[in-house]
Amino acid sequence: MSTVSALENQRTPLRPARVLLHTFLVVTALAWLAPLLWALFAAMRPYAETSEKGYVSWPDKLSLDNFTNAFEQSDMLHYFGNTLLVAIPAVLLTLLLSSMVAFYVSRFDFRVNLFLLLVFTAGNLLPQQVIITPLYRLYLLIDLPGITMSGKLYDSALGLVLIHVAFQSGFCAFVLSNYMRSLPHELTEAALVDGASVWRLYWQIVLPLCKPAMAALATLLSIWIYNDFFWAIVLISTGENMPITSALNNLSGQYFTDPNLVAAGALLTAIPTLIVYFALQRQFVSGLTLGANKG
Amino acid sequence: MSSETITKTPEAAAVPPPGTASPKKRAVLGHRRLLTRRDRITLGLMAGVPTILHVALVWLTALASIALAFTTWDGIGFGSIKWVGLDNFRELFTSNPQFWPAVEHNVVWFVVLILIPTPFGLFLAVQLDKQIRFSRVYQTAFFLPVVVSMAVIGFVWQLVYNPDTGLINSLIGANEPGHYIDWIGDPDLNLWAILIAASWRHAGYMMILYLAGLKGVDPSLREASALDGANEWQTFKNVVFPTLRPTNTVVLVVTIIEALRAFDLVFVFNKGAQGTELLSILVTNNIIGESSRIGYGSAIAVVLLVISLVVIIPYLIATFRKERSA
Repeated sequence: MSTVSALENQRTPLRPARVLLHTFLVVTALAWLAPLLWALFAAMRPYAETSEKGYVSWPDKLSLDNFTNAFEQSDMLHYFGNTLLVAIPAVLLTLLLSSMVAFYVSRFDFRVNLFLLLVFTAGNLLPQQVIITPLYRLYLLIDLPGITMSGKLYDSALGLVLIHVAFQSGFCAFVLSNYMRSLPHELTEAALVDGASVWRLYWQIVLPLCKPAMAALATLLSIWIYNDFFWAIVLISTGENMPITSALNNLSGQYFTDPNLVAAGALLTAIPTLIVYFALQRQFVSGLTLGANKG
Repeated sequence: MSSETITKTPEAAAVPPPGTASPKKRAVLGHRRLLTRRDRITLGLMAGVPTILHVALVWLTALASIALAFTTWDGIGFGSIKWVGLDNFRELFTSNPQFWPAVEHNVVWFVVLILIPTPFGLFLAVQLDKQIRFSRVYQTAFFLPVVVSMAVIGFVWQLVYNPDTGLINSLIGANEPGHYIDWIGDPDLNLWAILIAASWRHAGYMMILYLAGLKGVDPSLREASALDGANEWQTFKNVVFPTLRPTNTVVLVVTIIEALRAFDLVFVFNKGAQGTELLSILVTNNIIGESSRIGYGSAIAVVLLVISLVVIIPYLIATFRKERSA
């Protein structure tokens, strides 16, 4: 530990500056959480009570009724299912394909490497709306009779999986190639001399070493894909087929007649991401900064 | 990078390029002599499949946007595609009442994000970097909005802004008919109301990026600065902040991209009605709205594309140049 931090940590627990800092942080953190806490407060009260007494009022009783009602009335489980149908294959495929590209560009010295990596990285930085119009038309054109419910790529989970994989693999390829480049070259070199195939190098040597980066990216990707709103709003037309986040937009008008129920629905939608975040906080944050620190 | 390289397919690239290798690269080139035919096919597929998917869905569609921007098409059959030259752009720049407000709002979005939540995120990061207790708890509180989807954030903030049941109007007593403050409906207010929600989220994101950047600052620098008698602010200004340059670049790029991508929050709030028009919303309205004006929507997308590339290209050049020399 450096001298400076050692100085700062001197065992004088109640330095005024520290007290001030903690006070500031506690107040700000509470203010930061206020909108979410407000939503929770509203969601725990019946509509009849709030419409009579106003929202800023002492509650007669707090309950989880709105949560159970929202969950049942809007068939939320079904929409969670839709999300899983998109998110699980999309996360796995993105990691698989982007790690292959990363392996290619980081372990071999082909001339095209830099360009390839540029293509992937730049693609991920484009705003989605730049490509949506032709993509939407393309999805309507591609017939997949018997493969998807809609008979087209449009309005299908497969379509969402494909665009998530295509789009997110840009970021993952960039991060993973940086990670793989930091692995010693001797590792693969020795195996190659011993006659191991390229696939074996990738699958049995490089990939297992990338576990920490893969875990970080998996966390990040699951939250991003779960939270996706835009692709699903445009590329899915049947309300029934929508993933949960975009379904919420429909549900709020269709089923939920009172704001408290909407609050409960919105918070329920956020629960899975919060669980993933709290369980894998370290991975999540390191994933975000894996990409950002390289700049 | 030569144009010859650009036109090569990944498979073709698996064949060793002609020419002599620099001494630095000799070790790596050794690899290639050992590659069997099967290895080359494997490698070609490993790079080729993801590249085809990415290029087809991202880059070819971006190019198609450019092509369609010069046409008019109602989307019914290819026969109705007609070349109109610059007409879409002319109409966009001169007679679309939503276009310039949208550009302005995107700019305002960026300016607000870079001036308010970004420095605030940096400030929080600096405070949390002081090895204080409960740092994790504070971090989580500030970061939570980033984890929750924009759509959910939209709903949560509606509960704050709603004219008759919302938190703000209830607190200030503006929820009686006649004294409504319509935070979401009033075109003079709605953009700012939404920007508060967007800033709320952005600050946490920036805090995490800066925290990671601060971890990379060499402690001996601070030590030296402390020994020289610099106070906290002087150390930050003259020692810490200059070393955060790479993080600042990332933050700037992320913020511009976020401002250009802004969509979900506005869509959930009021679908980009009066006062909250954004380029992304205009593009989307041309697809999922009533009228399908594909060429026109593409022209807006091209404007968005050009602005993004102005940011993306220099950033990537700088990033990859550094990487190459590293």
